[in-house]
Amino acid sequence: MTLAPELSAALVERLTAFADDELVLGHHQAGWTGHAPLLEEDIAIANVAQDEIGHAVAWLELRAALDGSDPDRLVFFRAASDYRSAWLSEQPRGDWAFTMLRQYLFDAYEAELLARLSASSYRPLADTAAKVAREELFHLRHSRLWVERLAHGTDESRDRLVSAVAVAWPLMAQLLAPLPQDAALEAAGITYSSRDLEESVVAATSAELVRHGFALPPFAPVPAGDPRALRTEHLAPTLLVMQSVARSDADAQAW
Amino acid sequence: MAPLPDDGRTALAWEALSTVLDPELPAVNIVELGLVREVTATSAPDGVLVAITPTFSACPAWHVIERNAVAALQAAGVGRVVVEKRIAPAWSSDDMTEGARAKLERFGIAPPAVHGGLVQLAIEAPVRCPRCGHPDTRLRNAFGSTLCREIRTCAACHETFERFKPL
Repeated sequence: MTLAPELSAALVERLTAFADDELVLGHHQAGWTGHAPLLEEDIAIANVAQDEIGHAVAWLELRAALDGSDPDRLVFFRAASDYRSAWLSEQPRGDWAFTMLRQYLFDAYEAELLARLSASSYRPLADTAAKVAREELFHLRHSRLWVERLAHGTDESRDRLVSAVAVAWPLMAQLLAPLPQDAALEAAGITYSSRDLEESVVAATSAELVRHGFALPPFAPVPAGDPRALRTEHLAPTLLVMQSVARSDADAQAW
Repeated sequence: MAPLPDDGRTALAWEALSTVLDPELPAVNIVELGLVREVTATSAPDGVLVAITPTFSACPAWHVIERNAVAALQAAGVGRVVVEKRIAPAWSSDDMTEGARAKLERFGIAPPAVHGGLVQLAIEAPVRCPRCGHPDTRLRNAFGSTLCREIRTCAACHETFERFKPL
C-alpha cells in the first residue's frame, strides 16, 4: 500500500511521536525493576515497560516501511533535540504515585487512540493498532486500580497522588495536541479527529480522577505551531543513560 | 513469487516447524500455538515462504523462534527459506489447539479459556488450578514471568501457579 509523499512524510512524523512517547515512558518505568514497592509490582511494572518499548518498536517498524529508517539507529543514535516525545513521557520517574498516575493517564489515552487507529484507512497502521490494543487492555486495568488504591489508601498515598496530579494533568494538553501535519492525515482517513480524541480522553480521565475527589488543575499552555518542537530538560539526561551502551560500540553485532 | 505445484515441501516444512518449541514455554511447539500462519512453496530458487505471527508484540522470544524456525526448515531440506513476520490478523489465544492447552496444563500453566472474542469475560472467568484441579483460584498479579502469563493462587492446595493470559 503506497501513500502520497506528503502523507507519507506526515505519517512518519506521527509514528515517530507515538514511538517516542512509548519508548521514553517505557524506559522510565523499566527503572523500577528491582526497586518497586512490592515484588508483584516489580514484575508488573517490568512487564508494562517491556510492552511499551515493544510498542515503540512496532511504530518504528511502520515508519521503516515508509522511509527505510532503522529503528535501532533512531532509538540509540538520535539526539534529544530530534526526539518527538511528549512532555508527560519525559518527566523523571518520580515516586510510585506519579508512576502509576502517569501510566494511568497514558493507558487511558492509548485506549482511545488505538480504538481509532484500528479503523485507519492505512491498513498496516490499523493492523498494528489492533494488535497493540489487545495488549494494552492489561495495562489500563492495572494502572486504574492503582490510582484508586492510592487515592483511598493512606494520607500519605493521597498526598503523593495530589502532587502527581498537579504535575501530570496539565501536561495532558501537549500529549493530545495535534502535530502540524496531522490535519492532512485526518483528512485522508489515516488518523482520527484530534479534537474528538482529546474530548474522549479528557472526559474519561477527568471523570475517573474527579470520582476519587481530585480537583484538576488547568491544562498547561501548548506552544503555537508545532506543540512538540521543544523537549523538556529531562530528556537529554535520560537518553545519556538509555543510549550509552549502544554508543559505546556503535558497530557491535550483538549486545 | 508464484506458488509452485507442491512437491511435498510444504508438508515437510509443517513437520519441521512442529519441532520448534516456544523457548518460554518448552512444552508446546509453534504450530500448535497457532503462530504459523502460512506455508507456501516458492520458486526460483525453490523453497518455502513461512509467515509467523508473534504472541505479544514485545515478546523477547520472537528472534529465537524466528532463528530456530529457519534452522529447522533448512535442516529439513526445503530449499530457500523466507520467514515473514505477519501482524494481521493479530494472534489470539483462541488460535492455540486443544492439544496445546492440555500440554500447558500438564506443564503446570493454566491454559487460557476459549473466548471467541470476548476477552474481557475470559480474563474474569474462573480458572482451574493446574495442580489439583480445584476451581477456586485467585489472581495474585495480572503480570507474570513473561508477557503472556499472570500469577494466581489456589484456594484449595495453596499453590501459586501461572495462567496463560486470554488474548
